[in-house]
Amino acid sequence: MQTHGLTRRTLLAALCLVGASLVACEKKAEERPTEPKSGATDAPAPSGTSSGKLRVGFSQIGAESDWRRANTESIKSEAEKRGIELIFADAQQKQENQIKAIRSFIQQKVDAIAFSPVVETGWEPVLKEVKEAGIPVILTDRAVDVSDPNLFVTFIGADFVEEGRRAANWVVKATGGKAMVAELQGTPGSAPAIDRKKGFEEVVKAHPEVKIIKSQSGEFTRAKGKEVMETFLKSGDGPRITVLYAHNDDMALGAIQAIEEAGKKPGVDIKIVSIDGVRAAFDAMIAGKLNCTVECNPLLGPQLFDAVEALAAKKPIEKRIVTKEGVFEQVQAAEAIKTRQY
Amino acid sequence: MASARRINPAIAALAWPLAALALLVLFNVVFTPGFFSVELRDGRLFGTPIDILNHASKVAIVAVGMTIVIATGGVDLSVGAVVAIAGAAAAMLVTRTQTPFPLVILAALGAGGVAGLCNGLLVSRLRLQPIVATLVLMVAGRGVAQLITDGLIITFEHRALSSLANAAFAFLPIPAWIAIALALATGLFARRTAAGMFVEAVGDNDRACRYAGVNDRAVKLAAYAFCGVCAGLAGLVECSYIKAADANNAGLFLELDAILAVVIGGTSLSGGRFSLAGSLAGAVLIQSLTKTLYMHDVSADVAPLPKAVAVLAVCVLQSPRVKDRIAALFNRGRA
Repeated sequence: MQTHGLTRRTLLAALCLVGASLVACEKKAEERPTEPKSGATDAPAPSGTSSGKLRVGFSQIGAESDWRRANTESIKSEAEKRGIELIFADAQQKQENQIKAIRSFIQQKVDAIAFSPVVETGWEPVLKEVKEAGIPVILTDRAVDVSDPNLFVTFIGADFVEEGRRAANWVVKATGGKAMVAELQGTPGSAPAIDRKKGFEEVVKAHPEVKIIKSQSGEFTRAKGKEVMETFLKSGDGPRITVLYAHNDDMALGAIQAIEEAGKKPGVDIKIVSIDGVRAAFDAMIAGKLNCTVECNPLLGPQLFDAVEALAAKKPIEKRIVTKEGVFEQVQAAEAIKTRQY
Repeated sequence: MASARRINPAIAALAWPLAALALLVLFNVVFTPGFFSVELRDGRLFGTPIDILNHASKVAIVAVGMTIVIATGGVDLSVGAVVAIAGAAAAMLVTRTQTPFPLVILAALGAGGVAGLCNGLLVSRLRLQPIVATLVLMVAGRGVAQLITDGLIITFEHRALSSLANAAFAFLPIPAWIAIALALATGLFARRTAAGMFVEAVGDNDRACRYAGVNDRAVKLAAYAFCGVCAGLAGLVECSYIKAADANNAGLFLELDAILAVVIGGTSLSGGRFSLAGSLAGAVLIQSLTKTLYMHDVSADVAPLPKAVAVLAVCVLQSPRVKDRIAALFNRGRA
């Protein structure tokens, strides 16, 4: 009897493990803005308090990455600079925390509520409460999925598809429209991975001599970026690769090491373009190992409070505000790194 | 003559993972051109099998510690987080201080050991269930690593530390040697002294052990501390590989791979008898499978599926009931 019990338990445990490993590959998604449906802006304007000082409630997702930290820092410092009272709440990756924070903002009668939604759905009830309270809502970095686009005033964030297009345009320009591309994708299923791939392919379609010959997920990490690049280089198509496109800088930085170990020169034998524009990418460009990084700007503070002040002054604002982003190449790296804040 | 057919159980446990590995190798011989091309470059072998060894070593190192913990009837979910802590500690020491390299290694292993001791105390003194006790550190440990690195990815240009996972000794990558040496030393210590017997006895029945005069608490404490040190070692290898400490991602889901390797290797999760060689074979099997999927451009969204199926197959084949059925089939055929 004892042995039978053990057997069943062992099998069950094994099944659980298999299940767990399946779930594990879901991993965290990165950022998530989707284009909200455009519509007229007829949201209430902030009333302004008696003291005249604007009060803004902001619910942040958490502090999961350098990018997010820079994002938070930008919002806090910009509020201080403009003399706006910021009520900041960290949701620690939980929607219920964000909903609680938003309700408390309503009770505190703030002039505007801004937040980066941790997930897309489930916001309708709380956003209706905000609307009834007459407080305008600004989304930053990620969008929400609601049937009534008037539940928020504007969405400020990056356009991942455009980032992919910019990377592809650089490849076409740098190679004269002739390239064998290896692609390191982000975490499967995450919005930046899907959109950055889509944007890149869109541009490449018009250039028959630019071919994506290898494409695999490096899960947005250095270690996986290196491991997958190692495999690319040793596959049958390895010697044909002339360009590497990585969905973020970290994977490119890992892949650079793999390229060096394979006896090739990163940035010369294989040209490399990646997305994000973190400081380490600029260091790599100065060392000549990375060719180009397409910026994904976390410094949303200025544009956020521009929008808040415009609302307070009852000026019309755009329903979709795309963050200001640049494309940096090696020649600009040494100059640009001096002003990098993240 | 039933007794004559009975094979040494340690070897029998190895049979299935090795058979699966052989099958995978065969598949690659036929369907993956260039899979086995290995060349000598800068005094080290260069090729896909070497990469597999290199990456499997990290899992294998953790799996050695995990095997011992599982043999005591426990489990350690915190190894991934401990990998992050050890890597973060090592990277900070080489970038921010002039600490001599041997001390850096000691510090990383020490950090792992302390983390393991915490787990061990929770399990042996407070009698918390191992899954719960180590879950605490699994969640908190990554936070600790983030605190150490201040939430940044710490890149280093330290020759000794970066050669740990990227250089070779006698043609093979150093992590492979570390894994082999660690498994050998652990195996010798477990089998040549009474330690291995104590571990298995505690895993089988800790109360009976205590009545027989074995200090089961001390055995468990030591097992978790050892597992922590192993995770610390893997942390050094991991951060050396990318020449940076990535507190957010280092060792992520490594605990699952390690437990899988142990289970594939034939060590029962209910404790008792363990097989270190099996765990090593399991680690190599998992990594070979991953590499094969990469080589065949299997998209990352679906890659876990074939992996899960292979693991399930090996585990099912190892279950005593299935083994009995198969044996019965053979006997009937012979009769």
